[in-house]
Order: sequence, then structure tokens, then C-alpha cells
Amino acid sequence: MNARIDLLLSRREFLKASGALIVSAAGPAFIGEALAQTAGGKPPLVPTELDSWVAILPDGRVTAFFGKMDMGQSLDIAIAQIVADELDVDVDKVDVVMGDTALTCNQGGASGSTGIQSGARPLRSAAAEARRLLVQSASHKLGLPAEQLRVDGGVVSAASDPSKKASYAELIGGRHFHHQVEWNKQIGNAMDIKVQASPKSPSEYRVVGKSFTRRDLPGKVYRTDKYVTDISLPKMLHARVIRCSRAACTVAGVDESSIKKVKGARVVRERDFVAVVADHEWDAVRASRMLKISWNEIKKDPFPPMAEIYDHIRKAPVLKREDSVKKGDVDGAFKTAARIVEAEYEWPFQSHASMGPGCSVADVRADGVTVWTGSQKPHFVQTGVARLLGVPPEKVRAIWVAGPGSYGRNDAGDAALDAALLSKLTGRPVRVQGMRSDGIAWDPKGPASVHRGRAALDASGKVIGYEFISKGFSRRNIDTNESDPRDSLAGMSIGLAPKPSIDFGVPAEAYGFDNKLLAWEVIPPLLDASSPLRSSHLRDPVGPQIQFGSEQFIDELAAAAGEDPVAFRLKYVSAPRDAAVIKAAAEKAGWQPRPAPRAARSGDILSGRGIAYAQRNGTLVAAVAEIEVERKSGRIWGKKFTVAHDCGLIINPEGLRYTIEGNVVQGLSRTLFEEVRFDREKVTSIDWLSYPILEIRDAPEAIEVVLINHPEIAPSGAGEPSIRVIPAAVANAFFDATGVRLRRAPLTPERVKAALARA
Amino acid sequence: MASIKFAVDGKTVTVNADPNMPLLYALRNDLKMSNPHFGCGLAQCGACTVHLEGEPIRSCVMPLSAVAGKKVTTLQGLGTPEKPHPLQAAYVEEQVPQCGYCINGWIMTAAAFLKKKPKASDAEIREALAGLKCRCATHAAIMRAVKRAQTQMA
Repeated sequence: MNARIDLLLSRREFLKASGALIVSAAGPAFIGEALAQTAGGKPPLVPTELDSWVAILPDGRVTAFFGKMDMGQSLDIAIAQIVADELDVDVDKVDVVMGDTALTCNQGGASGSTGIQSGARPLRSAAAEARRLLVQSASHKLGLPAEQLRVDGGVVSAASDPSKKASYAELIGGRHFHHQVEWNKQIGNAMDIKVQASPKSPSEYRVVGKSFTRRDLPGKVYRTDKYVTDISLPKMLHARVIRCSRAACTVAGVDESSIKKVKGARVVRERDFVAVVADHEWDAVRASRMLKISWNEIKKDPFPPMAEIYDHIRKAPVLKREDSVKKGDVDGAFKTAARIVEAEYEWPFQSHASMGPGCSVADVRADGVTVWTGSQKPHFVQTGVARLLGVPPEKVRAIWVAGPGSYGRNDAGDAALDAALLSKLTGRPVRVQGMRSDGIAWDPKGPASVHRGRAALDASGKVIGYEFISKGFSRRNIDTNESDPRDSLAGMSIGLAPKPSIDFGVPAEAYGFDNKLLAWEVIPPLLDASSPLRSSHLRDPVGPQIQFGSEQFIDELAAAAGEDPVAFRLKYVSAPRDAAVIKAAAEKAGWQPRPAPRAARSGDILSGRGIAYAQRNGTLVAAVAEIEVERKSGRIWGKKFTVAHDCGLIINPEGLRYTIEGNVVQGLSRTLFEEVRFDREKVTSIDWLSYPILEIRDAPEAIEVVLINHPEIAPSGAGEPSIRVIPAAVANAFFDATGVRLRRAPLTPERVKAALARA
Repeated sequence: MASIKFAVDGKTVTVNADPNMPLLYALRNDLKMSNPHFGCGLAQCGACTVHLEGEPIRSCVMPLSAVAGKKVTTLQGLGTPEKPHPLQAAYVEEQVPQCGYCINGWIMTAAAFLKKKPKASDAEIREALAGLKCRCATHAAIMRAVKRAQTQMA
């Protein structure tokens, strides 16, 4: 059974836990003389209290309180391993409580592949500090100096005489440390603490670095664990929010009589926010289909024709430009160039298209609000709901329960605020879930973009000037979390003005070109508010699109210089860890160097291989794609991928391997299939037929993963880096197979056939 | 409204509801069996898959009236931790699911397929699993698990 579900406290317990009602239930914790002075129950949930991070239960089991969450990529077990090592307990004795605002500090939720990179840091420190205090306490109890004690399996004993011992359970089980730690005053990903204890050195790890099986698997496979979609409360109403299929509409009128045949269903409305609620979910669904609404079109043709989206981007005014990397004299280099290579790459809007539409349950009461959410950032749901309802955040508890996947700011964030608003308006607990079109047409989108590469080569083919500029919609047209209702559909529907942020990114690499410019330009959104094409974070925000361009462009330079793509990269990448992943991927894949594409033209099946490499916040990754191109059908099959991955210290190799596999195949899906379709007035991708994703027919036959472990280097992220190299690896393999470049994603059969016909 | 009697996971149940209501809502709301998921409501993803008389069907589009007097099996009825179906055991051993929301479709479809064709080739397995979605993109692990289960079932 999942500890998380056990901890769904009753309302009264919640108020206690959140500090609204302090009761002194537990006796004083006897843990050293100083600690014994402090009586009382669990101290308030603040990062400065050790008890906010770790607890020892009466039976000696350990609970780690983690302010991020595991979306299925092995974070739960990885955190347990880290805490187990610091505390010297068995891994299976550590439970990890995740993403509940009443029980965990705001570590930023799932965000930017930082679960281990930054999320594990305070947990490691807290566990080390807890061990220090427990050893100190045992030292008092046993009358032996701490240096003469050892810990094994949660039992502190004399090194010389194991019969002299005290277990963690005896020392503190069920009571609290009441011990202060130093907090860095940061909220979110950067939250960290400083403690007196020194965490162990990697050479002392016993379980970190080994593979342990995830604990969420049986609950998922036998379906004994609850998803957010399964949360049910007494007197709960089911709701469906009605979104106009057309963008840029306000509500002119609602014909409530149109649903009178559905007994018990009714309309709930605040300004342009319209929903139907009913006791039975099917009645809510039926009513949502029957309800007649007349809409006002506030803007004619809000979108450009889809076929012209990249021209729109090229011509659009630049809201902001940032020259992120500027080295040497780029203009000068181009003036002396023997040869200039230029290319542009295009990437479409893409949808989160989560496996199920966003869902949330909210219970808004006078004495407090509870929201069950699948959002990957429940602490920000807490803030957003509090602001939306005008109540203090401490009156809101957001509880993360696993949802239908989450790879960024998807529709789960909107569902949470929808549910809260509906519960407020109806005075009842409300469960809301979208229909399929809400999850594809109305989720925040990964931004469309155009990427321009330009390079100056001297007579020998050496790159003497390099420029790569991305231009597109902001990666944060709405913010990456829902802490501000202005970033939610509910908020925009009730008239809150949006608060767009302007941001994009540049390639992350270590190419040592002497004169180099990496820049981005962001253009205005197509619509100011409530846009189905509003952009936000989608797994590895702007990583796949930028690297789709930049790593193809590097390949184009290799071809221009008449060099093998691997050798060309290694010529310019001197950073040892970067070079190592490129070499490792090539070697494992059995890379056959050639200075020009294979470009076989006979037979229906053409095969090719391509490489791409990138960095991401400290992680290095390279992938070799081996593909087959069916000339007649235009189908590309990503047959085999070889990924070399270096994220510093590896916590759980198997978990890491599976996470990389998911990245590869999701990346392949986005490379070959995914493109949000739209016409002048609406998004026309509304289901899996109009927004196809990869199916098993197109899954690779093999994925080889080379894990490069650096125990001496602090762990960096793994949730996203490997997705960003897949699009270019596939496109480069296509070039190798055919001698033809595909510079517009996705690489659909139609585009393949057209490109081959032109060649 | 109609009173419709059928069997779910070996138990006889009666649901009073709109006969046009999809089976999924009867399972989730009336019978409080939350294991089949709503994914699309359009029979395009598989998250709602159950067996009807041993055949995989999409419960999100199957009218309740069509199951009257018939036997429905859900993923929970396929196996339990104590007595797992080989595919469930393989799913745990191969650590297949990430979010896990899609697995009813994969396991229920593969279970019915392998029963009919235990020695299916890789290509036949892929063909049999066409149409199912997995957004976490665990397809490589799915193939490993199905093949592992195959060795148990053969």
C-alpha cells in the first residue's frame, strides 16, 4: 500500500498538521539532554525544522518528506536510497511522502529534471543530521562516546560490543526531533538546508548506485492504488467545464433549458467560465454535450493559416532578444569567410496530450480548502487556489495524487483551479475532468519556432564563425505553474488579465568555435488570453526544437567540411565529459565513419545512422539513431537508438535506464508524428486521430543505454536531457540514408515523400 | 433508465442507469470500480479496456445495454498480487509503467491475444497492440514484458 494514500488525513488531522490547531499529543522526545527539554507534537511545517524532512516512526521505519514527486521515473525509490544510506537503514524501511502541502515543504514539485539534482539535497542533509542526533542520543543512553558507536539497520551499537545497543525506534520512534536546521530561504527548486552533520562521501554509499525496484509498480499493475481520477468524496458533484471550440470567444448567453432533460444536472457560470455539474458523472458528460451556449467572437481569425505559421514567426516583431552566448567577432569572421553555410529549421506547436484529460477534486469549505490534484506542482496549486478564492494559502491543502502522466505544465494545472472555483460556486465537493479535446486542443502547448543557423568556414573547412538564433513563441506565455490564477483558463475566463513571461533558450553545447553567437527572439502570442495555443513548458522545454535545429546544423557543417559527423563534433568539443558521451554512444553503436552520407538510392528501404549530442544543466547526453526509410510510403522507422548519458553520480541505474528509454521513444513520437493542427479560428487537433502519437508499431526494436557514472560529481538531472537529442539524431540519420535534409518537424511520410521527390 | 444485470470479475451486479450510458461509467461510478480509466471516450487509446466474454473491448463506448447478461473482467479481475496474471507479474518485473494510466489497455489486450496466440512473433504482438497509447512511451519495456509473459504462458 502506498504511504501517500495512508496519509490522506482527515480534515481535523489536517488542521493539526498544518498548525491551525496545535495539540500536544506526543510526549517529549528523549534524544539527548538538550532535545529532551522540548516537548510538544510535530512542529509547524517549515524548512527550518528537521521534523519537516524526516521522521522515525514507533516501529523504526523512516518517513522522508519530499516536496517534489515521482511521476513514474523512479524518484521515490531514489530518494529512499539516499535517505537510507545517510541514516544507515534498509531501503525498504524508508517511505517517501510526496507532494502534499500539509506534509512537505515547497521544493518546487516536478520541475526541470531537478528531482535528484536539487530535490534530494535537503533530504540527504536532513537524513545525515537525523543520524548525527540519533547517535548522540545513543551515546548518552549507552554512556559511550559517539566515535565508538556504529549504525546498522537503524540500530546504534558499540563497535566493540554489539550487545550494547539502542534502536532508532527506542531512541525517538514516534516522537519528534524539534531540531533547527539552517534554511537558505529559497522556495521551490532551490530550497536547501545546512546542517551540522556531514553527509557521507560516495565511497561510503551502500545502496546509492545500486538498482532497486520501484515501489509504485504493484499498486499500478494490480490497480490497488488510487489515481487523482479515483478520488471520491461524499456529496461530490461531477463537473465538465465547457470550452468553446473556437478560440477568442466570450459567452453571450447560456440556454439552461437545453439540459433540462438531464435530471439533476445544472449550469454553473461565472462570467465566461461555464460548467455543468451533476451527481452522476455520465449526467455531467451528457449535459455538457447538450448545453446550448451562444458565443461572442471577440477577434476574427485569431490565428494565421497553419501553412503560414513559420512565415508568421519569421515576420513577427521581436518582443525581446537575448544574446545568451557571444564570443569573439562573429561579423568579422563572416567577412573573411571562404564559404558560408546557412539553414533554417522549423518546429510546430506540440501538445502534452496526456494519457487522460486533466482531473482534480476540490472541497471548498468555510474552514479550509482541500484540492486533490495531478498537477506536478501541488504547492503552487495551493497558492493559485488561495489567490483564486481569496483565502490565505495556509487554509488550502493541495494533495498530489498520481494522475495520467505529467510532462510539464499540462491541463492538470487548469483542472485544479476549475475544481476549486466550482466547489466554491456550488458549495459542494467537485470532481472535474476534461474530455479528450480539453487535453489536446486546450492544454498549454510547447511553442512553435524557427531556428536559423549560419556558419563561416575558412578555405580549409574550419569553422571560424558560428551563429544560431531561435525565434518563436515564448516558452512561458503562461507560467510553468499555476500559482497565479491569471495563468489558468479558469482565471482568464473570469476576467483576470494574463501575465505572459518572455523566455526561450539557446543550444546547450560545448563547441569551441572562436567566434560564436547563440541568441533567441520571442514574438507576441497569437492571442492575449484564453488561447488554446498559449505556450508553456512541455518536457524539456524548448530543448527538442532548439537541438533539432542546432544538432542538424552541426551535421550540415560536417558535411560541408567533408568530415564524419562524430569526428567533426570531437574536433570542436574539448570538454572531456562532453567528448566522452559522444565517443561512448558512437562506440557502442558501432559507428562507421564516413565523410558524406551513405545516400543509397536503390531499393525501397534506405537505412542510415545519425548522431546528436547536447548538455542540459550539468548532464551530458549523446544519441545515435539508426533508422529505416521506406521510400514508397515515406515512413521512417527509428529502429535502434544508442544513448550515452552522464548525469554525475548515478543513484539507481535501472530506474535511470527506463527513464532514458521513455525519453527516447517520447522524443521519437514528437519527431515523427506530433503537430498541433489549427485553422484560422480554432485548434483542430482534438483527439488521437487529429493528434497522432507514436504507437507500438513504430517503437524502436532496441534501445541501448550507456550509463557513465561519476560518483565524485554531484548528480544532475535525467528526467529530460535525453529527449532533446532524439529529433536531430533521427533527422541526421535520414540525411545519411538519403542525402536529403528534413528541416521541418515532424518528419511525416508526406514530407519524406515530397523531399525525396525533390531530391 | 433500465435495470441491467451482468457479471464483473465473477460477481453478479445490477446497475440502474441509462442503457445508452457507456459501461465505463457504470464500472467507475455505479460500481465504484475505478480501475478502467477514462482516456479519450472515443475508443482511440485503450485506457478503459475490459474483457467482455474474454474479448477486449473499449468500455468508454460500449453501451451498458450491450453487456446485459454477460461477463465483464477488469484488470483487477485478471489477477491479484497473490495470484497475478503472467502479464501483471511481467509488468512489475520489467518495471513497465511510468504513470501507469494506460495499462488496462495494454495488459487486457495482450492477455486476450496471448491466450489465442501464445507463440506470436514480435511483429504479430505489435500488430495486436495497434491503436493503444502510452504517453510515457514505455513501449520498449512493454515489448519486453509481453515477451516475458509469453514464456510463462506458453
